[in-house]
Amino acid sequence: MKVKQISVFLENKSGRLAQVTRVLGEQNINIRALSIADTTDFGILRLIVNDPDSAYQALKEAGFTVSTTDVIAVEVGDEPGGLARIMEILQQRGINIEYLYAFLQKATNAALVVFRVELIDEAIDVLQKNNVNILGGNRVYTL
Amino acid sequence: MYWQEEYETITRDKLEELQLQRLQQTLQRVYDKIPFYRQAFDAAGIQPGDVKSLADLQKVPFTVKQDLRDHYPFGLFTVPMDEVVRLHASSGTTGKPTVVGYTKKDINTWADLMARAIVMAGGSKKDVLQNAYGYGLFTGGIGVHYGAERMGATVVPISGGNTARQLMLMQDFGTSILTCTPSYALFLGEEIHNAGIDLQNLKLRVGIFGAEPWSERMREQLEAKLNITALDIYGLSEVIGPGVSMECPEKKGMHIFEDHFLAEIIDPETGKQLPYGQPGELVITSLTKEALPIIRYRTRDITVLNEDTCGCGRTFVRMQRVTGRTDDMLIIRGVNVFPSQIESVLLEFGDTEPHYLLVVDRKGSLDNLEIWVELNDKFFSDKIRALEDLENKIRGRILSVLGISARLKFVEPRTIPRSEGKAKRVIDKREL
Repeated sequence: MKVKQISVFLENKSGRLAQVTRVLGEQNINIRALSIADTTDFGILRLIVNDPDSAYQALKEAGFTVSTTDVIAVEVGDEPGGLARIMEILQQRGINIEYLYAFLQKATNAALVVFRVELIDEAIDVLQKNNVNILGGNRVYTL
Repeated sequence: MYWQEEYETITRDKLEELQLQRLQQTLQRVYDKIPFYRQAFDAAGIQPGDVKSLADLQKVPFTVKQDLRDHYPFGLFTVPMDEVVRLHASSGTTGKPTVVGYTKKDINTWADLMARAIVMAGGSKKDVLQNAYGYGLFTGGIGVHYGAERMGATVVPISGGNTARQLMLMQDFGTSILTCTPSYALFLGEEIHNAGIDLQNLKLRVGIFGAEPWSERMREQLEAKLNITALDIYGLSEVIGPGVSMECPEKKGMHIFEDHFLAEIIDPETGKQLPYGQPGELVITSLTKEALPIIRYRTRDITVLNEDTCGCGRTFVRMQRVTGRTDDMLIIRGVNVFPSQIESVLLEFGDTEPHYLLVVDRKGSLDNLEIWVELNDKFFSDKIRALEDLENKIRGRILSVLGISARLKFVEPRTIPRSEGKAKRVIDKREL
């Protein structure tokens, strides 16, 4: 039920993001979802790709500082209040969200959102008990 | 004006006679009391009695900063702790500082030397001396303080920082002599201007600046901004503190108080003595120190000695402004910083050899230290907060080890240039 996210450290200077995407493109790696968090000095690029192991390897070889993190991909009803419902479930269980971001495409009619939480197993458990659909790695990588 | 005219204008012949006598006593003292010196002398095949002229000093081994560290804290003191009335210390590499000690007589000598320095700068009992050197373990603050009291000026022991209060007291107390680092003096000058204070309303006339390198260009700026005569002072805690040498208003170098300190210039590579007039590393032997005499101490400071007679009437040789170092020590806001100290802090946070670069810049008149650290997998996190926490922890450690604040900047791996052999750890962009 977990999805592997690739995180890349980027200095805030021109051309770094271009370099990451070039490396991934050359390895035929397709980006499924992404987000960037930044401070004045640096940024962290987070990616969901079709082949996380190859992506990790390729970026490492290109000299980037890379790490992998388990996240969950949650189907969120594409309607008003859809995300609010998920948040409420997690909040009631006391699960803090580190960050979240949306996928570029949908698997079904629902929107797909990446959640990064510390208590990942608990989050999966509580969401499933509430009939929220979570997509595993195999579904996500082959979208 | 002199504080101790008898010594300050002594003839060279008489001086050398006095120096030799004091040197022989000092060598005998350390040989008898400190196993470190005895072993070093024996290994070099020299006994104190073999030193029959000042030239014979060349046969005596050098002492380096590491020797002080190796004998932390009191291993090189030649008196029992009962006799030690003061300790000072500077920051160290592995958390252990370099410690220096003083007997009552040492404190007395030091006060006289600092009194000489202030009188040399034109100071008198009528002056109000605002001492903005830091008070504490650093020798600057208290060293100047004792000298100023000794010669009778009115001391304002304000220590460093708190600029608004500095300016207020400068006006209200009628400060006429300012003592601090030259960069802080420049900063004060700018703040005086920004606050719209008319220089005509200040009584400031002399500045005694030291503890960090500066230049003739900075002297011009300081003299213009503060409407003062700006003079250079030199010293290091291992030798005594401020008051090893002082510039007179002729502004042609700093007179070394040679009745207490024997100065040599050596080639830092070969260790051979160089004649007057040639640039090299300053080596100092204390001649009267009791608690911590120091023999042929390698200061790592590069300068030139000049023995020409000075217009001020003093016979002591003059050393030029220190133009560089023979090691990688940096002086940032008056604080001595070795790259290895920063490296040891970084090592506490990671288990591999850290790649880092120190970038020193001067914004306005204050030094800024930026530490660039290559972010490796061990440090990395997908969470901004975790990286910012790490940044703050490292900054906090650096502040507690070095006593200065630095900005930390994470950079991508392999972006700090690697060089063959010795790594380039420092980019100093300051134009002094």
